[in-house]
Amino acid sequence: MVESRLTRVLLRLGAGATLAFIYFPLFVIAIYAFNENISQTWPIEHYTTKWFGVAWRDENVRDALLLSVKAALGATAIALVLGTLAALAVSRYRFFGKETISFLVILPIALPGIITGLALQATILNVLDPIGISFSIWTIIIGHATFCIVVVYNNAVARSRRIGGSLQEASMDLGADAWQTFRFVTFPQLRTALLAAALLAFALSFDEVVVTIFTSGAQQTLPIWIFTNFGRPRELPIVNVVALFVIFASIIPVWIAQRIAGGGLATERPGKGAVAAAIDAEP
Amino acid sequence: MTSVPQAEPPPRGSPGRRLSTFLFRHDRIRLGGLLAGPLGWLVVIYLGSLFLLLLASLWDTEPFTSEVVHNWTLDNFKRIFEEPVYRDVAWRTVSMAVYVTIADAVLAFPVAYYMARVASPRTRNILVVAVLTPLWASYLVKAYVWRTMLGEEGIINWLLAPFGLELQGKSSLGLWLSFTYLWLPFMILPIYAGLERIPHSLLEASADLGGRSLRTFLRVTLPLVFPAVVAGSIFTFSLTLGDYILPTLIADEQFIGTVIYTDRGSNLPVAAAFAMVPIAVMTLYLFVAKRLGAFESL
Repeated sequence: MVESRLTRVLLRLGAGATLAFIYFPLFVIAIYAFNENISQTWPIEHYTTKWFGVAWRDENVRDALLLSVKAALGATAIALVLGTLAALAVSRYRFFGKETISFLVILPIALPGIITGLALQATILNVLDPIGISFSIWTIIIGHATFCIVVVYNNAVARSRRIGGSLQEASMDLGADAWQTFRFVTFPQLRTALLAAALLAFALSFDEVVVTIFTSGAQQTLPIWIFTNFGRPRELPIVNVVALFVIFASIIPVWIAQRIAGGGLATERPGKGAVAAAIDAEP
Repeated sequence: MTSVPQAEPPPRGSPGRRLSTFLFRHDRIRLGGLLAGPLGWLVVIYLGSLFLLLLASLWDTEPFTSEVVHNWTLDNFKRIFEEPVYRDVAWRTVSMAVYVTIADAVLAFPVAYYMARVASPRTRNILVVAVLTPLWASYLVKAYVWRTMLGEEGIINWLLAPFGLELQGKSSLGLWLSFTYLWLPFMILPIYAGLERIPHSLLEASADLGGRSLRTFLRVTLPLVFPAVVAGSIFTFSLTLGDYILPTLIADEQFIGTVIYTDRGSNLPVAAAFAMVPIAVMTLYLFVAKRLGAFESL
């Protein structure tokens, strides 16, 4: 151990302080969800669970939740198909411009969200609208699928590289056709990676707001409902409850995904896996 | 290995079988089939949209109706360079990005160092998950919590009150604090990965040669981990440049994101032209980062 005892104690304190800083606001919102008072001052005087019921009965919140779930399911489905296809191509073949594919896939989340959003809005208004596709759940899905592809792609490429291609070749040698090989050999090998990726893509889509504001027109997903109600003091108690719900709705799929992937997302390859997951999480 | 179900192979002459054989023999066509969907989607929808954004920045608007007119002009860019408002906003945003990046690097270092060098493997794994999890907790919700906490009678002022301090409801300081909070995990993870890659033998060699802890840290560890810090700064920088939600909630000044956001309905061409500023800054930043070796740390 190169570090002195004092250094280690100081590091431990520093690490503890930073972690406290990271978690403090999350605890604050959890407490606020139980605030009885409509004004959001601190300290909280009375606690109640009544806002949970109010939020559950709120028509707008329900509609927004339904739209968010539908859009996330649609985006996840498209991202699964496109991400898997791209991953199989990149991990099994050598071809000109292979590096470009990885770059292209990551670009929608590497560029600031406002750029992606504004570009998609320009396309919807100038290209899609004239051919009859105006703002609808489909424009939301198109936007979300575009930046969800990378999550599926990353997971599928990693798995596909690890298992190699020899089993596929063996399957073909034994007389299976392309479909049978995919159905009985390739897919079972990728299944858990794809399931984990689907959960991550769902979580990413479910709480996305930066791009969605540009692609949704007048519709409200749950995050957009939160955003529009920030300015309405009377709605803030419901916003608190919905905010707490959204935190759980986006963290729980990620936890399950980490378990399914055998911790491979964060712990198996600490460096690269963690950074890749961090890249995936970019809002 | 599970046993593969004994599916009866289709008869040799069936169309499906013939297609399969054809694909097997022509692997370029197979590759094309795999790539057509994803490439088509990303090139047509995404790159197409970005190209359209570039075109839109060269369009004109009707001064009275603010209707977009498809005349080619460089006036939007001229306006952005000449009107001091736009220059001030761009400068303010870039400065904010710099301050946020510095604060994140300073805060991230102790945690990353503790995770990589001091913690036991078990604690390390727990810490990685502990740092990673809040990343996934909705960005919007975290932005909202900061607004609540920074309110006039929020928890921050309640904590500051005993020291006789007070933070204005909307302030650059509050915005800086919130940005620093939001992007912190993006800085911790690359630095952690960078520190973990440094061979322990190098540090021992430095100690053997008489380097004290501080000297070893400054002369060995820091230069080796610097590319990782730059890698993390790509995220903190880019995310700050493009954000419009946090400034709307927490600051009363304009930033690049908020200007684009408000202009997008009234004057799309100017918004599109202004959107080229973060793209240009990030391109330059990525170029410098590549020279500093940051890409190997991603």
